[in-house]
Amino acid sequence: MFSKIATPIIAIIIFLGLWELLVWANGWPNFKMASPSDLPPAFWKYKELFLEMGWQTLWRTVVGLFLAVIVGTAIGMIIGFSRIARDALYPLLIGFNAIPKATLVPVISLLFIGQHDFNTILMAFMISFFPIAVSVGIGLSTLEPEYRDILRALGASKATIFWKIALPKTLPEFFGALKVSATLAFIGTNLVEIVSPHGRGLGALFKSGETNGDYPLMFAVLIALAFLGIVLYYAVIFLERIFAGWADREAG
Amino acid sequence: MLDGLDVTVPEGTFAAVVGPSGCGKSTLTRLVAGLMAPDEGEVWLHGERVKGPRNTVGMAFQNPVLLEWRTILDNVILPLEIVAPRMPRKDREARAMELLEMVGLVGFENKRPSELSGGMRQRASLCRSLVHKPDVLIMDEPFGALDAFTREDLWQTMRDLRAAEPFTAVLITHDLRESVFLGDQVIVLSGRPARTQYVMDVDLPADRNLDVLFTAKAADMLHVLRDQIKIAQGREVTTDVQ
Repeated sequence: MFSKIATPIIAIIIFLGLWELLVWANGWPNFKMASPSDLPPAFWKYKELFLEMGWQTLWRTVVGLFLAVIVGTAIGMIIGFSRIARDALYPLLIGFNAIPKATLVPVISLLFIGQHDFNTILMAFMISFFPIAVSVGIGLSTLEPEYRDILRALGASKATIFWKIALPKTLPEFFGALKVSATLAFIGTNLVEIVSPHGRGLGALFKSGETNGDYPLMFAVLIALAFLGIVLYYAVIFLERIFAGWADREAG
Repeated sequence: MLDGLDVTVPEGTFAAVVGPSGCGKSTLTRLVAGLMAPDEGEVWLHGERVKGPRNTVGMAFQNPVLLEWRTILDNVILPLEIVAPRMPRKDREARAMELLEMVGLVGFENKRPSELSGGMRQRASLCRSLVHKPDVLIMDEPFGALDAFTREDLWQTMRDLRAAEPFTAVLITHDLRESVFLGDQVIVLSGRPARTQYVMDVDLPADRNLDVLFTAKAADMLHVLRDQIKIAQGREVTTDVQ
């Protein structure tokens, strides 16, 4: 238990040490590359802004991710259960996912002018639903026929088979995808926050640091984002333990 | 797959179906279970024509297909949730425990399937297929993936289960000794398209134990069946029996 907490903390300390060493050895000034020791003052100086912007970024990301879970699961169910839907939707989904989402920022900002919250959530959603849809779809379509048959042979309805067998059996794959999606959603939120003028959130704070040449602030934002990403990731792991803990086998 | 197949299993008896690989034995189980409709012909169960799945049937497969997220007890209870949705939880548990006791799994009811050995999982799977007291139990090579000793243990479990709660059984198997030990009749299917090639009435005492397999009578029966399988495979019979 101790090593479970201590190991990652020691790894982070080593990482920060190497970073500090790199900046110090090269003699890089503040405006070229910030070092870890520059960060606490930057956080302290803008602490109210960090709390406010961090909260903005976090809630939009979580809402976007939540939408991605609902829509992604729905799409996954459609492509998992219907062969025709799978053949029809896969090329569209893959094509859509291949589009760099940055190119969509101007499109959605024009479509929904001034709706900053909405645009940010929409982008977080668009960037993160794909892994969920694919994993749920694959989980359902690869369900062994025998699993279906144990209930089907008793005359159970499709809905019953879904709730009692298909859905729980897909949960480990779903949570695997959710871990990927949780970090992707942050990228989506920040894309909009950075690119749109008069944005809010950590992305906007990053942008203002860039405008003012405040490198420590910019790096502090990146660290704050990394921190939020880790928090959300562990929140997903917590949910996974509750709902799909059975898939976790003891080693040995 | 199946063509000109005419099999009759008298109520309450045990029919073992053997035949070469890929002759459509699994298709037969799906037809009897109502999971598949025949292109031609009919399947009748207990005086009723099979038109679709019915909850008076129990099924067991080669793979125990237990649900990993449920305990053994909850796995066994599963069919009752479909067949008897109003049955109180207490009664369901009592019924499941009754079966788990018969197969020797008491003490394991709160374990997950992954914590049990292959033989124990298959025992739990048999309990699940019998928990709702089906009229007909359909088994598709349920002991096929087990080692020889575990398999013999399970044959005896199967025999005891039938003695305790009579049901009609159809067992698909590749193991001739298994078919003779468990079956009241052994049905040999021919290769594709599968027809009934040979039916043997197993003339052994009902409460047989494993020793019966080492008698001359059993050896003769196994010999006849072996030759019938060779014919089904389209090979020449080299030995001369009767």
